[in-house]
Amino acid sequence: MFRGLQLIPADTKIDFVGQRAITWFVSAFLTVAPLLLVATVGLNMGIDFQGGTLIEVQTKESPANLADIRSKISGLGVGEVQIQEFGAPDEVLIRIASLPTEEEQQASIAKVKEALGDSVEYRRTEIVGPTISSELIAGGTFAVVVAMIGIMIYVWFRFEWQFAVAAIASLVHDVTATIGLYALMQLEFNVSSIAAILTIIGYSLNDKVVIFDRIRENLRKYKRMPLVELLDLSINEMLSRAVLTHVTTFLAMLPFLFFGGEAIYGFAVAMCFGIVVGAYSSIFVASPMQLILGVRREAFAPSASPAKDKSEAPARA
Amino acid sequence: MLHFQRWKVILVCAVVLAGIIFAIPNLIPSAALQGLPSWIPHKQVNLGLDLQGGAHLLYRIDEKDLVEDWLGNIRGDARETLRSNRIGYTDLSQNVSAKSVSLRIRNPEDVDKAFTELKKLALPVGDDVFGGFSGNDLEITREGDKITLAITEVGLNERFGSAIQASIETIRRRVDAFGTTEPSIQREGRNRILVQVPGVSDVQRLKGLIGETGKLEFKLVDPAANAAEVAVSKKVPPGNELVYSSDEPPVPYVLKDQVMVSGENLVDAQPGFDSRTGEPIVTFRFDQAGAKRFGRVTQDNVGLPFAIVLDNAVISAPVIREPILGGTGQISGNFTVQEANDLSVLLRSGALPAKLTVIEERTVGASLGADSIESGKKAAIVGMLLVVAFMFVAYGLFGLFANLALLINVALIFAVLSLMGATLTLPGIAGIVLVIGIAVDANVLINERIREEIRAGKSPIASVDSGYSRALITIIDSNVTTLIAVLVLFWLGSGPVRGFAVTLTVGILASMFTAVTVTRMMVAFWLRWTRPKTLPL
Repeated sequence: MFRGLQLIPADTKIDFVGQRAITWFVSAFLTVAPLLLVATVGLNMGIDFQGGTLIEVQTKESPANLADIRSKISGLGVGEVQIQEFGAPDEVLIRIASLPTEEEQQASIAKVKEALGDSVEYRRTEIVGPTISSELIAGGTFAVVVAMIGIMIYVWFRFEWQFAVAAIASLVHDVTATIGLYALMQLEFNVSSIAAILTIIGYSLNDKVVIFDRIRENLRKYKRMPLVELLDLSINEMLSRAVLTHVTTFLAMLPFLFFGGEAIYGFAVAMCFGIVVGAYSSIFVASPMQLILGVRREAFAPSASPAKDKSEAPARA
Repeated sequence: MLHFQRWKVILVCAVVLAGIIFAIPNLIPSAALQGLPSWIPHKQVNLGLDLQGGAHLLYRIDEKDLVEDWLGNIRGDARETLRSNRIGYTDLSQNVSAKSVSLRIRNPEDVDKAFTELKKLALPVGDDVFGGFSGNDLEITREGDKITLAITEVGLNERFGSAIQASIETIRRRVDAFGTTEPSIQREGRNRILVQVPGVSDVQRLKGLIGETGKLEFKLVDPAANAAEVAVSKKVPPGNELVYSSDEPPVPYVLKDQVMVSGENLVDAQPGFDSRTGEPIVTFRFDQAGAKRFGRVTQDNVGLPFAIVLDNAVISAPVIREPILGGTGQISGNFTVQEANDLSVLLRSGALPAKLTVIEERTVGASLGADSIESGKKAAIVGMLLVVAFMFVAYGLFGLFANLALLINVALIFAVLSLMGATLTLPGIAGIVLVIGIAVDANVLINERIREEIRAGKSPIASVDSGYSRALITIIDSNVTTLIAVLVLFWLGSGPVRGFAVTLTVGILASMFTAVTVTRMMVAFWLRWTRPKTLPL
């Protein structure tokens, strides 16, 4: 009977937490650098957050005659217009900067559609007025914050406050790193980016909770083991699981990068990145933070049965 | 571990079977589904606007418009009240930003009486579901000889509510005339209406039809005034108004202020063709009151022109050749067939209570939607195959169990989505794939745990037993935290994002069942059947 390959050896003894001098630096870089990047280069804000009009058209001839489209639209006086190829040679994306009122936006799109007439097929039109875009910014920020708080309360309730703090710190790390990716690749930042961030938060936390669970179990089991060793033991014990899970999720998401189409490309990039970053922060942020926060063993110990106290070495026969 | 109670086995099998049965319609093209007997489930997952194409239009009802309209009415009511009580007044004026009407009473002795009489204009507002009294719609105050009638917050909310209700009904009648399937029109927040129309191709026309106020008025043209001169000098004679036609360039008309008959008196409007010229026209019919009034005015003004005004633009200004007594008439205005058709829809559906503005528009063409389905399907299938192959390589037989559970999981997601009438969006498809990752994680946790237990020297059955029970705590903890994030997503998002949250929630819940209960049962039966000395893990 095929028993499957043991892809990760069962008895790895990598001292992850032992390397914390280096990894703290890496984590700090991943948290701070994106903020600098956003401050200097900036995010490629989509119309969701900036307001404006976006029209995706497919031209009858291929490749599309961008100059012709530009000349047709430039004379209309609809303000700042960006025209670019999008995905395929016969597909063109037209972006019109936000106008002060919704009525002007509606008027501008009517003009553009009249000017282009039947020479193109309209694949997608998105118009976001100034009211909505500011609401979406507020709503998106609020959602991320509420999710974080909800998660913190749950982790606090199920574990200890040290775990909750560690979880939130590593989630902040994941979120800023992901935002940094958007800035670095100049991917459009829009409502689906917020969805991606919230999903990454959920997924990454899932991973942290699994490791926390093992740390808690080991704290009960090995009363006198130094914390650094105990953390490393926990991570190593869960290493095979972590690798397998992240590889499967990554494999599941990967095809969306290649076949998912333009509409979901940004989301897929962020998710793939988030899986990797989440895996990193579970091992190198969430776990070593227990050292700083000083998790109390007594919190978990008393209820454990005395039988477990005997086994002071890892349970490997 | 090995022995499940019979009812449990039956229940699990029934759920799995039901999941498969209700998921199957999604594999059959809907055309073929129509031909199947009725006892076969027919419900398919609804496709979101991003997959089937369509328009998402968010309208805001114009607050200022509504307030101005109401202030106009209050002014009229106040005037009427004071006049019938023979109370003299001056300075009757309205203040839109303060949402109030104020006036001064000429004779100080009348102030008390005027105040009591005007107070009667305030009406109680039943605001909550129990019809409770929550205040008046107007607040009337006095200050010396000045009386102010101000619109209250509850009154305004009530007005908004009914204006939105009326707008939704009007929009529904207009969209229905467009002939698309299952449009959704609903209130959003305080002053918004969300209109979602699947499968619509001409969005500009749809917007034109929905956004038009549709206020129809018949007015007399003032034969004494020279419209061209007035248009230049802007000196409109009292009791008259200057209105332009909708032609290019616009033609000015000087009309009498007073409305002969308005659209409220219309009972029907139909597109048709003029019997003489063959030109597209709209024929209409008045109700009794309207017919009477229209007859009387036309009788008095034979030979003079009158204007048909739609939303403050003259459509046409025909000359009255003979009194129109039958209460029917026709509007001709160089229409195309489609314009005549749309105008009749507009007139039939009635006017909107206030102006509507599109504040968010998202439309997807049918071709893009079809492309998205295609690419989403392809990516999902490839992703799933990769996962299945990887799980088999990693865990062998136990990987197969997990894969089988995975397929059941996907079937359950589709079954639940179909039964709930939930909407599948492109991000939703990505959500299903993500669920695959999360579901597999549960099996990875279980299998890794079993491996640990084997290494600790436990027997196969004991290893499996404690592997499942110990991993379960972790699985629940990790899934609950994911669900918290997803629920926030559901509450925040709209459209595609919400679809993503729904599939993720359904998928995570289903995965707890398939990845834990279903695989456990499979493993138990296999153990009982083969009684292995060692586990192939």
